[in-house]
Amino acid sequence: MPAGSLSGSLTGSRIRQRRVALGFRQSALAREVGISAAYLNLIEHNKRRIAGKLLADIARALKVDPSVLAEGAAAALVGSLRDAAAALPASQPGPLTGDDRAEEFAGRFPGWAAVIAAQRRRIRHLERLVEGLTDRLAHDPHLAASLHEVLSTVTAIRASAAILVEPGEIEDEWRDRFHRNIHEDSQRLAESSRALAAYLDASGAETETTGAPQEELEAWLEAQGYHLPALEAADPPDPETLAQGAPELTSAAGRALAGGWMRRYRRDAEALPLDGFAAAARALDRDPGALAARFPGAGMAAILRRLAALPTPDGAARIGLAICDSSGALTFRKPLADFPLPRYGAACPLWPLYQALSRPLTPVRAALEMAGEGRHRFMAYAVAEPVGPPGFDAPPVFEAAMLIVPDARMRMPGEAVLQVGTSCRICPLKDCPARREPSILADPA
Amino acid sequence: MSKRVLLIEDEPNIIQAIGFILSRDGWTVDSHADGETAMAEIRRRAPDLVILDVMLPNRSGYDILSDLRADPALGAMPVLMLTARGQSRDREQAERIGASRFMTKPFSNTEMLEAVRELVAS
Repeated sequence: MPAGSLSGSLTGSRIRQRRVALGFRQSALAREVGISAAYLNLIEHNKRRIAGKLLADIARALKVDPSVLAEGAAAALVGSLRDAAAALPASQPGPLTGDDRAEEFAGRFPGWAAVIAAQRRRIRHLERLVEGLTDRLAHDPHLAASLHEVLSTVTAIRASAAILVEPGEIEDEWRDRFHRNIHEDSQRLAESSRALAAYLDASGAETETTGAPQEELEAWLEAQGYHLPALEAADPPDPETLAQGAPELTSAAGRALAGGWMRRYRRDAEALPLDGFAAAARALDRDPGALAARFPGAGMAAILRRLAALPTPDGAARIGLAICDSSGALTFRKPLADFPLPRYGAACPLWPLYQALSRPLTPVRAALEMAGEGRHRFMAYAVAEPVGPPGFDAPPVFEAAMLIVPDARMRMPGEAVLQVGTSCRICPLKDCPARREPSILADPA
Repeated sequence: MSKRVLLIEDEPNIIQAIGFILSRDGWTVDSHADGETAMAEIRRRAPDLVILDVMLPNRSGYDILSDLRADPALGAMPVLMLTARGQSRDREQAERIGASRFMTKPFSNTEMLEAVRELVAS
């Protein structure tokens, strides 16, 4: 048996070894990556081959590079060295001219090679953190309003205090007024700065929540796996009652959004009952076009939403969903690890989501490749449909939905694949005709 | 007769402080706190200078400045823009629309006074 095959056939063993070392229960890991414990058990005993998205998900859960699981530590080390060299700006001298000798280096100096690999992982982690924070500083409306409040209060205090300490006479009435103003503003500043600190604490880049109503809804749906069995029943509970019992929905606005989302979920469930739709989705490989033909009265947008709300079958990849309004603002996000959906600001204008907005009621499909490391591929299915009942003398209001399906198919030569990003600020694509602003990524690839 | 400044700002204590500083220097200061009705107030008072905050209730200072510059009767009026954001793109936007001067909060009283004197003198 060739060495490569032997190495690959032991992927399951490496997964098990790593999981046990981390003290992870098999059922917990299975749940985290969206497969059954029984299926994970088969993988861990090397009775099921694993690759692609599921391998990447498991590697992420186990905090290890996928190549370590797939190929073993030595190959992963060489891969990390090459990644580190490739990440250097083109202007800096690196070892990638001709013979890179990475294997020789890793073999002779495994300790130093491990240090470089660890540094590369650390740099990548910090880059992601910076991307997120920069995106947030530029676009988070809550942060902008909080900072404005703090700076305005500081301005009032500074101006009043300067008047009091400047030389010259000042009437008692004015002096008292400015003392009072400084006292009031200092209290206000204390409150607004405390609120700002609490907001930043609650929404650290690691936890990635901001306390905004839309994010409460998404955190709650994420915890449910975006599937709500209670609303699939013949006699479902009142959405408001369900929202009241959800710990993630802490604000009235969050609960109101969730109520609206659940009412639509229920309508979708009535139009496309779970058992029949799930069976058809399995049989038709979750193809929205084929499902639209099978359920002609349901509407394409409902089919896209319904597919994103189905439990992920064992061994299958999670499906993402993005919904935007007529302005292009994302109103709902079910992100994928390799297809992030921006929290603030506008998304990539090349997405089929936005093409669909310009062609209402016409389904749009495209093969996509996400720019950046990994260059993961997806099939995206999008459609824009009117919101609310039709009426005269009212502006048309549309909403577009885009289903994002990881795509591991082999490509035919010449098959078109559209390169897209997440948002311009953190997109490495060069010479993009749709770029709005420069990328913060230095020396984009 | 003293020169007149219209301060369009919604923070009462900033209004008091700027009003005091300018009044002590001999200016007549009026204030207005609402963005939506700010243009009507500028037309009514026809001041020698407008100090305009960017973030106002109901309408942004940028929109007000655009309207002001498009009005033949008011287009040449000096406008000092105030903002709590000091990013270069805010400054660029203010200058593109036609701000005479751009000042970032928090500013010093001396800086404010000198800017007002210079803008009206020029």
